[in-house]
Amino acid sequence: MTTLRMSNKNGETAVNLEQVRPEAKMQSIALNAWFGSKQALKDINLTVKANAVTAIIGPSGCGKSTFIRCLNRMHELVPNARMSGQVLLDGKNIYSKETDSVQIRRRVGMVFQKPNPFPTMSIYDNVAAGLKLTGTKKGQNLDEIVKKSLQQATLWDEVKDDLKKPGTGISGGQQQRLCIARAIALQPEVILMDEPCSALDPIATAKIEELIVQLKNDYTVVIVTHNMQQAARVSDFTAFMYLGQLVEFDDTTSMFENPKSELTEKYITGKFG
Amino acid sequence: MTNYSLRKFKNQLFFILCAACVIIAIIPLLSILYEVVSRGAPQLSINFLTQKDADGGIGPAIQGTLILIGLTSIIGIPVGVLSGVYLAEFGNNKYAASIRTVNDVLTEFPSIVVGITAFGVVVLGIIGSYSPLAGAVALSFILIPVVARTTEESLKLVPNSVREASLALGVHKWRTTLSVVLPAAKGGLVTGTLLAIARIAGETAPLIMTILGNSYFFQGFSSPMDALPLRIWRDSLQPYANLQAQGWGAALVLILIVLSLNIAVRVASRGRLRR
Amino acid sequence: MKKLTGDNLFRILAASIAASAVFILIVTAYTLTTGSSLVLQRFGTNFLFGSNWNPVEGREAFGALPYVLGTLVTSGIALLIGVPLSLGIAIFLVEMAPKFLRVPIGYLVELLAAVPSVIYGLWGLFVFRYWILDYVEIPLSNYLGWIPIFSGTPFGLDIFTAGIILAIMIIPTVASISKEVIGAVPNSIREGAYSIGATKWEVIRHWVLSYGRSGIFGAVILGLGRAVGETMAVSMLIGNATGPAAIPTSLFRPSQTMASLIANGFLEATGPLEKSAYFGVGLILLLVSLLINAAAQVMVTRVLKVKGGAVEQ
Repeated sequence: MTTLRMSNKNGETAVNLEQVRPEAKMQSIALNAWFGSKQALKDINLTVKANAVTAIIGPSGCGKSTFIRCLNRMHELVPNARMSGQVLLDGKNIYSKETDSVQIRRRVGMVFQKPNPFPTMSIYDNVAAGLKLTGTKKGQNLDEIVKKSLQQATLWDEVKDDLKKPGTGISGGQQQRLCIARAIALQPEVILMDEPCSALDPIATAKIEELIVQLKNDYTVVIVTHNMQQAARVSDFTAFMYLGQLVEFDDTTSMFENPKSELTEKYITGKFG
Repeated sequence: MTNYSLRKFKNQLFFILCAACVIIAIIPLLSILYEVVSRGAPQLSINFLTQKDADGGIGPAIQGTLILIGLTSIIGIPVGVLSGVYLAEFGNNKYAASIRTVNDVLTEFPSIVVGITAFGVVVLGIIGSYSPLAGAVALSFILIPVVARTTEESLKLVPNSVREASLALGVHKWRTTLSVVLPAAKGGLVTGTLLAIARIAGETAPLIMTILGNSYFFQGFSSPMDALPLRIWRDSLQPYANLQAQGWGAALVLILIVLSLNIAVRVASRGRLRR
Repeated sequence: MKKLTGDNLFRILAASIAASAVFILIVTAYTLTTGSSLVLQRFGTNFLFGSNWNPVEGREAFGALPYVLGTLVTSGIALLIGVPLSLGIAIFLVEMAPKFLRVPIGYLVELLAAVPSVIYGLWGLFVFRYWILDYVEIPLSNYLGWIPIFSGTPFGLDIFTAGIILAIMIIPTVASISKEVIGAVPNSIREGAYSIGATKWEVIRHWVLSYGRSGIFGAVILGLGRAVGETMAVSMLIGNATGPAAIPTSLFRPSQTMASLIANGFLEATGPLEKSAYFGVGLILLLVSLLINAAAQVMVTRVLKVKGGAVEQ
């Protein structure tokens, strides 16, 4: 067994080279995370396949939000937060010393549980915000990119005459699609979604679920959800987490029809959670 | 420079600038403390602190400041606290709302304006001459709105369950307020009052035309009186180095009074008011 | 008819005492207006727009304009220098400082407010003014003295020094309110900004500060209010000019503010007209101060409304 010593933000970890999977878009290896002294993630080894939707399910407090926040280095923004282990994007550790979190977040976008469009900016500016930061000026395709992103987020037809409206001047479901458009505008490779529908009504939820299935053609999607039916509807792969540990990971159909762990079965059949 | 490295550079530059702002702001504080201590400490002696001006001391100024603190407290604290009690315990009406607005306005009055008001009312009017009372009235005008506001805020922090428990036992509201609520808010009341006193102890402008200044000890309620801030001001304008030095000595005494009040408040409220 | 119970008596007593605030307001307004009636009757609007200040009998002239201008200019300098410093401190404390530094540094900044104004003046007169003179005014005068605002031979007691001391003195006010405002910006906005790959500076500059701009503006105006009312330090450092010579023409020339005029000259006033002139300046000062603080109140209450509306959609 060949082992490789790699150092990351929080010290060295021995990595079994055979563990690195080439077909993975993202992969976590021995990922642990803490808030102060409280450990939220215990040794998570998970592979996220490219151009697929991976769902993370589990009861409240199992660490699923913490996990995806480690995938775009948002976890470290919390005071007293720590992690160890590695997260690979296309085989490279995003926590290595030479990597800048700012650049990672361009490649790995995020949509949050409660829609958070920027209230001080118009719909147009919300979508354009990330691009403006990286120097795309108004003339050069900015209008094009904004239109395309809003179209991909299936929001364009509803707002195309009202682009100057403030980002918060639309309904909750529309705001969430705006946030998706905002993330897409940067052409990320991965889109992380932290319970994107939990603050929305059923109709808005259905629209977004449709959107997620379409998005996987161009992006890799990781979605955290507390709604198992949603995971079953929308995802190709599902991971079940419990108390900070990864209990089971399989393609969605197999997980729901034939769960390998008793705990998974109990959760899926609603015996707890 | 690529867009990305320019952004990184701006980010780091920004950190440095903000830290620099903190340092730039703290340097004057440190310099003031250093100068007051190094120039004032050599002046301190029993003689300096207790004798009158002619004998090389600032006794009258210290006495005057203490008298002013005393008089102002007697006039201002009961009025301010009772106002705060009214606003907090009975204050859910238009009358109270307008009182609150007036209080807020009063806290913004320039202190020199308060001084000339007290001059008109007391020096020209009631007493007819420069008087310690005029100074106390002026300082009370500053103290009362501040104490009213801090009292109201402290009382509002007392949970309603405390009042209800007392009322449910059949205790009248006025008794509840005085014997139960006020003691419960004691900490906040004390700190608010001490801070207000520290503030008026350092005020100079309202004293210029009310107590005028004096090189002798207290001479009665119809005579001018000295106080530390006035003494500092007068000494600073003197052309003689030894007199200027006395001003630094007086400054040291004043800063010690003000800072110890502030620090006492800090220590007393540690743990209670977590911001 | 309400029963004369203990509770009612107490309430009435407390309510009457609370009216002391109104009493103070009325007494002040009354004293200032009657005190200035003499000079206002004599000079009318010329009092506000005239520049002469001559108490000599037979040739009296009293105009407050130079002092109003002096107040505005020194306060303007105070804002120009003090606000950026205060914002930098507020941002440092909220967004950058490690936890263990927050309380001590916040406390040191608050201590700036505890130092009495007369001691700022004392320090300014004997220490700070020489720093400013040697390291700022003389070099500026040597190289840029041809520019009107830098003209004149500096000797340290002028608008510039007074303005800078004012800047230091308003820092605690502006910084602490800005700190509250910045701290109240919802984290969801910061997260949204980080998630599209913004640097910390960009998050603060494009999102945090713009979200909190009403509140910060309110803080600035409150700082302005403090600067306008500040008396002792300014009176000791501004050079004590009167009449047309006090009109602010250059940073390095002596001038006078409304507050410093009263502090420096009230006791020497002879005759009812001259005394009335000081009351008049006091009245103008009070009105300016009230106007500024009313504007600040409007700004600050608007923050509370805007925040509620924008976030709770």
